[in-house]
Amino acid sequence: MATETRPLDAQLPVEGERRRDFLYVATASVAAVGAGAVVWPLINQMNPSADVLALASIDLDLSAVQPGQAVKVSWRGKPVFARHLTPEEIASANKVDVASLRDPQSLADRTKPGNAQWLITLGVCTHLGCVPLGAGEGEVRGDFGGYFCPCHGSHYDTAARVRKGPAPKNLEVPAYVFKTPTSVTIG
Amino acid sequence: MSFPWAKQYQPTTEIGKFFDKQLPLPRFVYGALGAGYPTPKNLNYFYNFGVLAGVALVIQIITGVVLGMHYAANTTVAFDSVEHIMRDVNGGWMLRYMHAVGASFFFGVVYVHIFRGLYYGSYKPPREVLWMLGLVIFLLMMATAFMGYVLVWGQMSFWGATVITGLFSAIPVVGSYIQTLLLGGFSPDNATLNRFFSLHYLLPFVIFGVIILHVWALHIPGSNNPTGIAVKTEADTVPFHPYYTAKDFFGLGVYLTLFAAVVFFAPNALGEVDNYIPANPLSTPAHIVPEWYFWPFYAILRAFTVDFFFIPAKLMGVLAMFAAILLLFFLPWLDTSPVRSNSYRPLNRILFWVFVVVALVLGVAGGKPAEEPWVRLSQVFTAYYFAHFLIIIPLVSRFEKTKPLPRSISEAVLAKYGNSAPGVAAQPAE
Repeated sequence: MATETRPLDAQLPVEGERRRDFLYVATASVAAVGAGAVVWPLINQMNPSADVLALASIDLDLSAVQPGQAVKVSWRGKPVFARHLTPEEIASANKVDVASLRDPQSLADRTKPGNAQWLITLGVCTHLGCVPLGAGEGEVRGDFGGYFCPCHGSHYDTAARVRKGPAPKNLEVPAYVFKTPTSVTIG
Repeated sequence: MSFPWAKQYQPTTEIGKFFDKQLPLPRFVYGALGAGYPTPKNLNYFYNFGVLAGVALVIQIITGVVLGMHYAANTTVAFDSVEHIMRDVNGGWMLRYMHAVGASFFFGVVYVHIFRGLYYGSYKPPREVLWMLGLVIFLLMMATAFMGYVLVWGQMSFWGATVITGLFSAIPVVGSYIQTLLLGGFSPDNATLNRFFSLHYLLPFVIFGVIILHVWALHIPGSNNPTGIAVKTEADTVPFHPYYTAKDFFGLGVYLTLFAAVVFFAPNALGEVDNYIPANPLSTPAHIVPEWYFWPFYAILRAFTVDFFFIPAKLMGVLAMFAAILLLFFLPWLDTSPVRSNSYRPLNRILFWVFVVVALVLGVAGGKPAEEPWVRLSQVFTAYYFAHFLIIIPLVSRFEKTKPLPRSISEAVLAKYGNSAPGVAAQPAE
């Protein structure tokens, strides 16, 4: 046709950028975004569902726990240890040079002001998530008198700080508040 | 197929010719496992284990599919449904024991298969892709076996799931999000059990697909053999059928006899008694161990008890455990010796056996509690495990003086049976 002004395909330069290259890249980009949009729900469905996330906080009555004793409760499917420290245990935790610890924290960092005798932590070893021993009556408490994880041999002291073994962190302290001097809300 | 003297499939019946034109499946089988596959004539019984592994997978799939008809993947009833299979379902005890013992046997057979490949240098050129596909199958098997073990929802199931998903929390920054994503919660629960059931059902079929690729990659260069030297003439080979089909069937008979002996007389010998206690998230068993086939890797995981510079001990253990397997992917390039078979590598053969002993000791240590002397032993042997691949193999393959290779497989076979022929100096395996 005489009025045709666009170059025919055969006349397009073979080397360098062509208008068609732009179309290829644009098409592939849109397809990639579309594929990503479809894949995301397939991955995200694996994350915790609404009912799992909607777990309420729990209330814990500590009045019956004598010094030297501990209780174990379940929160979000994980155990929580609430321990009534004896004066000796508090003293032994405070004697340690904080800077020398793998995860440097003092006992005061890990308890609430005025309630230093209540040590509330998750009962989940920070190595690979086993439940350490030491909260129950007669259980092994490890080399430092706190908790001992039987899975891979991590030892925690009386402030539940890691002192020996493969665990990288101290036992986690969950968010909690004292409602009365002898009861707490965890979560 | 690679060899020009391979026999071609000749359909003789009308229906055979009809299918050969439209869907040449019989031609495919003939070339893969029939008389159309020329195989080195000196294969020993170690070469049965590939076929045995295939049979073991089929046993797992068949028993697994029927177990799935009675199992319920819900934390409130999963453990009870397994006991229901054991006590109430007709023959359920046998099907479950076949499935549980079958997993152990599958790993046992695959370990021998890998041992064979290591000893005779089957990972070397031109079979690197074949080797790596085998390792992919091995990794998929590990994932499948782990998830299957969780389905029982006993104490070991639950705590195994906790420990293994906990491995991912060692990854810096995103680790805990990945762990939550894998579990579908903050600890193993119903969401975890359901997805593991779904994937445990899926992965064996993925394994089956990779096995097809594995066999395909095998048929391009053909099988390796105990001498490690390449097939040169038709005299070096025999057709797969009937020679190795017969040998494989004999081996299969022995295998199934042993399998039946364990299924019927010692079905729990390879398992952990703690898994007959229902899962309890508030109480960890005193001694968590995985199934025996994970023990060497578990020992490596636990060997790291102190931080290395800025890398925490936990991350080191996890990295080392994965590296212990991933290193095998690089073996064809770490071992640069042109001689494949250890029969002609006097120094490497000794070091290979040392490595086998090291791997077995790691296996024993991995099954023991995390206390001395096992921790120290694991550390020393873990160090040797990595030194073997990263230092010993590259050095030995460079400096070793190998024995003279026979000129051909036929010559090696004849030499072995008294009709000796002079060897020639060591030469590249090609």
